[in-house]
Amino acid sequence: MIYAAVLAGGIGSRMQNTDLPKQFLELGDKPILLHTVEKFLMNARVDRVYIGINPDWQTYCEDLVRKHLGDGERITVVPGGKDRNGTIINVIAAIEAERGLTDEDILLTHDAVRPFVTQRIIDDNIDAALACGACDTVVRASDTIVRSEDGETITEIPPRDPLYQGQTPQSFNLKLLKACFDEMTEQERAILTDACKICVLKGRPVKLVKGEVLNFKITTVGDYQLARAMLMMK
Amino acid sequence: MINYVYQLIAPRTITVKYKALDLSPDRVIVRPDYMAICHADQRYYKGERDAAVLKKKLPMALIHEATGRVVRDPTGHFSVGERVVMIPNQPGTPLEGVYPNYLRDSRFFSSGYDGFMRELVDLPADRVVSCEGVDPVQAAVSEFISVAFHAVARFERAVQTPVGRIGVWGDGGLGYLVSLVLKHRFPEAKICVIGLDEVKLSRFTHADETYNSTALPGDFAVDHAFECCGGSGCYYAGNQVIDVIRPQGVLMLMGVSEKEVPYNTRMVLEKGLTLVGCSRSDRPDFEATVAFLRAPGMAQRVARMISEVVEVHSIDDIYRAFDRDLTNPFKTVLHWDL
Repeated sequence: MIYAAVLAGGIGSRMQNTDLPKQFLELGDKPILLHTVEKFLMNARVDRVYIGINPDWQTYCEDLVRKHLGDGERITVVPGGKDRNGTIINVIAAIEAERGLTDEDILLTHDAVRPFVTQRIIDDNIDAALACGACDTVVRASDTIVRSEDGETITEIPPRDPLYQGQTPQSFNLKLLKACFDEMTEQERAILTDACKICVLKGRPVKLVKGEVLNFKITTVGDYQLARAMLMMK
Repeated sequence: MINYVYQLIAPRTITVKYKALDLSPDRVIVRPDYMAICHADQRYYKGERDAAVLKKKLPMALIHEATGRVVRDPTGHFSVGERVVMIPNQPGTPLEGVYPNYLRDSRFFSSGYDGFMRELVDLPADRVVSCEGVDPVQAAVSEFISVAFHAVARFERAVQTPVGRIGVWGDGGLGYLVSLVLKHRFPEAKICVIGLDEVKLSRFTHADETYNSTALPGDFAVDHAFECCGGSGCYYAGNQVIDVIRPQGVLMLMGVSEKEVPYNTRMVLEKGLTLVGCSRSDRPDFEATVAFLRAPGMAQRVARMISEVVEVHSIDDIYRAFDRDLTNPFKTVLHWDL
């Protein structure tokens, strides 16, 4: 089975002086989160979408799903964990409890606030995860990356050619990802917030999937304004 | 859901428009995966339409020939994953006896309205036709074939004299398909194709005879004819038909010309000819097309008029496909992976 986990566990930074987490801000006719969920629902290869949501906002999210997505037939809302990894672990536990795990299961993990992901990216993630076990969506770094140890002076300017910027989805063979999490200590889990990095540290190959520059994460007011402007283009 | 619509905003310039997808309960959602370039698309792409037309119609997503797979159907007509062809004509207010494709208020994709160059397409169920089992590359040109079926259906209603020998003027893709459909529909009739390019004419193995239009035999005659040239060829082909067609024959006009075309109307009157203008198609023609593609050997014959399948993973690939199409003798199909 192919599962998608839309990660909306955070309530972190706020925008527009509202107490609404940014994944619930309206973009066009519905909240950002629902645009993102629909991207996965519109891919016929994805069997089920799990929304990992902050427990305080679970009923709010369920109401939105009911209001905008009808019976929510292919959707399960799962309480998120205390961080990104915790939310993924909760989603895996929900899948295991509901459906059991098989060797072929794939999990696509995606930020709730990246509604501009494309069907091509989703398909490429599925293909890469099936073939390789793990993959990360990336775009080539367009700006020069500067590394500074002290935040005052440049330590290094690495050559840009081999550098990429990470996006999501990050996709995995579900059992492989679960094994990687199981092998981690509590301390490692707290430090290693990127699931692909966990796989890399465990010596697993992680394939690159070409992303899109506009598959950006809506994290600032400027990002939100850009997303709204993109939808208003004639 | 935010849908990617790949719009031509100026000649040879395509950008993405982000538009909410219509997920109403009456809309079938299709993910296009193979589509074909039409001459009309190429004229927009190259900026060969009048400046006023370009200003009025752009920005606009091109392409009105496409197949895809259903990803959602709340109407219950299709299964998820089912292969379908999409009808680009959205009928206007019905008029008795008038085909929907001729209604003046009908909307046609890639002619004033966004075509199929999109991530996902939403359509009413009656604008979607199942073609499960048909090769997607051939299914991509279904709209083109349906135009041939529509013309042949109208021909059958117009014809009043024997159908012994039918001439098809035009050695391009339209001439190929019209002659193929005619042979399928009238197996006893002699189908003659008249063109200029000997190499292209050699592909018309289903036709009974092929001729170079500049060297027609002196006694050459046909009972009826289909003009499939378009452009400046409309003038030469149309008048040649009027010269060689037998009295009370039917001349089906199918080629599009940007300029007005003067025909020898004196001879049209003297011979009592019927001229029938034909454009586009509607659902029954698509259904006939799918049945045709499922008939033994037909898909293979259609495949011979597809010059190239171009992989499209980026906007740059779209440009490459349109440029390749300029030099391809027949149809260019895009494997759409965007």
